[in-house]
Amino acid sequence: MTQIASNGDQVLRVTDLRTYFPVRSRGLFPKTIGQVKAVDGVSLSVAPGETLGLVGESGCGKSTTGRTVLRLIAPTSGTIELDGDDITAMSAKQLVPLRRKAQMIFQDPYNALNPRHTVGTIIGAPFEVQSVTPPGGVQAAVQDLMERVGLNPEHYNRYPSEFSGGQRQRIGIARAVALRPKIIVCDEPVSALDVSIQAQIMNLLKDLQDDFGVAYLFVAHDLAVVRQIAHRVAVMYLGHIVELASREDLYAKPLHPYTHALLSAVPVPDPRAQANREQIRLSGDLPSPINPPSGCVFHTRCFRAEDRCRVEVPELRELLPGHTVACHFPMVDLQSTPSSVESSKI
Amino acid sequence: MMRAARPFLAVEGLSVEFPTEDGRVQAVDGVSFSVERGKTLAIVGESGSGKSVTAQAIMGLIDRRLSVVSGRAWLEGRDLVAMSDDEVRHERGSSMAMIFQDPMSSLHPFYRIGAQLSEAVLVHQKVSKQEAREQVLEMLNRVGIPDPKTRIDDYPHQLSGGMRQRVMIAMALINSPALLIADEPTTALDVTVQSQILELIGTLQQEYDTAVVMITHDLGIVADIADHVAVMYGGRIVESGTVDEIFYEPQMPYTLGLLSSVPRLDQVRAERLDPIPGNPPSPISLPPGCVFQPRCAYSDRVTSHACETVRPELVDIGGGHTMRCHLDADQRGQIASDVLSALAGGGA
Amino acid sequence: MSAYVVRRILSMVLLLVLLSLVVFILFSLLPADPARLTCGKGCTPSVLEANRIKLGLDLPVIQQYWEFVKGLFVGRTYAANSPDPVQCSAPCLGYSFKRGEEVFVLIKDRLPATIWLAFGAFVLWLAAGISLGIYSALRRGRWQDRSVMGFALVGYSLPSFFIGLVAIFFIIIRWQLLPFPSYISPFENPVQFLQTMILPWIILATLYAAFYMRLTRNQMLEVLGDDYIRTARAKGLPERTVIRKHALRAGLTPIVTAAGLDLAGLLGGAIITESIFSLPGVGSLAVNSVNDADLPLIVGITLVAATFIIIANLIVDLLYAVIDPRVRLT
Ligand SMILES: Nc1ncnc2c1ncn2[C@@H]1O[C@H](COP(=O)(O)OP(=O)(O)OP(=O)(O)O)[C@@H](O)[C@H]1O
Ligand SMILES: Nc1ncnc2c1ncn2[C@@H]1O[C@H](COP(=O)(O)OP(=O)(O)O)[C@@H](O)[C@H]1O
Ligand code: SF4
Ligand code: SF4
Ligand SMILES: [Mg+2]
Ligand SMILES: [Mg+2]
Repeated sequence: MTQIASNGDQVLRVTDLRTYFPVRSRGLFPKTIGQVKAVDGVSLSVAPGETLGLVGESGCGKSTTGRTVLRLIAPTSGTIELDGDDITAMSAKQLVPLRRKAQMIFQDPYNALNPRHTVGTIIGAPFEVQSVTPPGGVQAAVQDLMERVGLNPEHYNRYPSEFSGGQRQRIGIARAVALRPKIIVCDEPVSALDVSIQAQIMNLLKDLQDDFGVAYLFVAHDLAVVRQIAHRVAVMYLGHIVELASREDLYAKPLHPYTHALLSAVPVPDPRAQANREQIRLSGDLPSPINPPSGCVFHTRCFRAEDRCRVEVPELRELLPGHTVACHFPMVDLQSTPSSVESSKI
Repeated sequence: MMRAARPFLAVEGLSVEFPTEDGRVQAVDGVSFSVERGKTLAIVGESGSGKSVTAQAIMGLIDRRLSVVSGRAWLEGRDLVAMSDDEVRHERGSSMAMIFQDPMSSLHPFYRIGAQLSEAVLVHQKVSKQEAREQVLEMLNRVGIPDPKTRIDDYPHQLSGGMRQRVMIAMALINSPALLIADEPTTALDVTVQSQILELIGTLQQEYDTAVVMITHDLGIVADIADHVAVMYGGRIVESGTVDEIFYEPQMPYTLGLLSSVPRLDQVRAERLDPIPGNPPSPISLPPGCVFQPRCAYSDRVTSHACETVRPELVDIGGGHTMRCHLDADQRGQIASDVLSALAGGGA
Repeated sequence: MSAYVVRRILSMVLLLVLLSLVVFILFSLLPADPARLTCGKGCTPSVLEANRIKLGLDLPVIQQYWEFVKGLFVGRTYAANSPDPVQCSAPCLGYSFKRGEEVFVLIKDRLPATIWLAFGAFVLWLAAGISLGIYSALRRGRWQDRSVMGFALVGYSLPSFFIGLVAIFFIIIRWQLLPFPSYISPFENPVQFLQTMILPWIILATLYAAFYMRLTRNQMLEVLGDDYIRTARAKGLPERTVIRKHALRAGLTPIVTAAGLDLAGLLGGAIITESIFSLPGVGSLAVNSVNDADLPLIVGITLVAATFIIIANLIVDLLYAVIDPRVRLT
């Protein structure tokens, strides 16, 4: 394992990031009638060689966070520091050299690759964009990469359509690691894949991290996948990070009611263990990010909510070393796995 | 046909073949399983393994002009495969029903949910529109739609994903079918909504004494709700048994591979998972011997290359636990105990 | 909804103003001097000048435009100061000196034939196109499908003047199944009206039906693969309900768009068909006006045709909202 720097120089440091999307009325003269608060005050940092998992339900702002951090979407406010450089307000031109340090892998292995380019061109593109000539030439470097990610280097001239979903994901990964970036934002890289292929890709990502010391911001909705790959995990709800802790702490002693509910909702592939787990069933669905609830954004579905939660926004506090939670009534009293939650609350 | 012991739903040697431009696609090959009322059979497998085609063949939703469906599917002693299109149509939605993966696209975007549900009532029951609407309201209430009186006049796009799937469940169960086939009903939903939906299906299953066929690729869901499990690979069932047999005494290398591929929420596994290598087979060019052979780590333990040349038969290894593999019992036992102990000790 | 309609009508008017302005400016940029065209062989400079003033061509373009717009509402008098002023009553779309008639009246007289032709053909092609399109989709890949699509291809690729002339030659001249076409209002002589219109209807409809068959077939094939169709079948609905109630409605939107715009386009004149069958419609009027370089008439016809299209657009959009509840008219 690569040594993880605990503090000091982080590859990525995000402070109070907000990304709002205007909502426009339709018609001939559209006007802005509201805002989707996709990311609403997110702070996080990623150390070199570390994997930070970002989990949450659909629409909570995980992908938007990932994209904003790479400046693929303009932030509304906040700061983004990439390897010590403040990139929040950089122009597209200024960003070009910094793209070497940060790359992205996408969820959908079918749409992320240009169908009219050969695999060689796709994987070699970063060299071209950055005008870098690797020792031995681009083709040799690309074939090296293909070998490294488990593709047959002889398939250099084939097109993406000739590859399976898992292989396409390997192509995307090869492209992302080509310039040895310091951090890769992975947006649900294994969600579209079958379990056996999912495991292959997760192993590949880990191996690359061991070899190159690359850090990952790993966006996923599957909590089991994140447990397998992340060192630290941030849980998002409606644009906010509600809990952030090391993997061990988060899964063993979740402090936020939402994390509790989320963990208890995932069935485990073990019938006897599953039969003994108690589930907290949240009522209702995710509220709209256009009109988020007042106070604690989770209070409409929270089983511990009290009057205070409806008015006062809970700050993110470090309750235990390295374990931060945004909740007025964190579940410190229940120092155990979700299975011991009183069932009367269900 | 009059054997009294025939299970409620008994599928025997079901095969579906699609002639396509690229060649014959044998999507389902000789699939057999059975389910009793009140019980849940889970069909698991990776994408393309033939789960959905199996389900649609039972429901008579495969266009027989464009495909070849053979075998038997006995529902309460009547063979659905032998029935005419019109006879099966009368069973659909009344004695058997189905829900699908994507609740948004599965509802007609242009009709109010009340109309879509009433339609299901009116096609099978001789009742007035008003009575149908009453039944719909009652059913919406049962599946936990808040304020059904106003929601009944909503269009699908006005509902959330979870609510839409509740509406689909209401539509499926409104004529109290004895068989419910659910094809990945929660794959498109968030886990918190998934657990609501699975609980709802379970509650209604008890209420109506329904036989449920749950199609999924999620072993967690299998462990949560199944009584019996059928593992599919390359259009075939490669192993089937009770849920405990599949999870704690798996026999076939593919089942073991699946179990060791899944990351787990409740334990830290080894840093590296131990996945099945390679990719699932293409249904156009299936391997001649065991369909799993190209990815199997144990085929070299079988003598005279049988795995490459001979299709293993489905054998009953006791009490209804069946599997397809050339390995002998000792070899299988050895492999299973090695793999399972590696899994259990993975956290160390 | 009604607020939406009002807003749409306002923007429609705006669009028409812009459009007419553009038409005006375009025609004023033409190298040909329209006044010269009004004055035949024995033209003298003084006649030319007089005509120019009559036409209002001595004024700047913007003022000409203003006069035109004013004329639409209050009528207009050309060459008011000359000994023979020309009166054009509201709504004055211009005055054709060539024909010595108000443009509005010219077009109005020609509209009935065009409207009858367009609507008759419209009904025919929709009925044939949609039903054969569905039939073809349901028999996809089989001989019925192939023959319908083959027919569509032929209908689509044969130029209508060719079919028209062939039809006239065989049906009217050679076999004498129908009398020579001679348009008459259906209220005066319904039999002669039908005898005259039947061939133009069929020929115009063939061309469009071919297109609608393909459109409908493709739409149906796409929709029949959708998940909610599978749901409809899973409910146990009979196949014809699945097709008629679920698939057709879902596939209707592009057909409505095409139908609305095609009909509107035809209301501006079916040039070829009208000319072949010598129907006194707007289309043949347009051809003549171009041949004679009758500028005011050309401008008038252009504006009328454009108005039909703009109105059709609004109607199509309103129909969308009726078909698809997700479309919100805001
Ligand atoms: N370009 C955009 N314009 C307007 N709203 C957007 C845009 N992109 C995202 N949103 C909204 O922002 C919110 C967060 O979206 P985001 O894609 O980040 O969610 P996510 O957590 O990645 O969800 P998923 O698990 O479904 O991928 C959602 O409500 C989404 O609808
Ligand atoms: N209509 C069809 N024509 C040709 N092949 C088909 C058709 N429907 C399904 N298949 C093929 O049959 C196989 C099984 O599909 P399916 O049952 O949908 O798999 P899954 O297990 O993911 O549900 C796949 O390879 C699929 O491509
Ligand atoms: S602050 Fe209140 S509502 Fe929010 S999570 Fe904590 S207890 Fe629940
Ligand atoms: S039959 Fe052979 S290839 Fe197939 S699973 Fe058994 S050992 Fe592996
Ligand atoms: Mg996302
Ligand atoms: Mg499927």
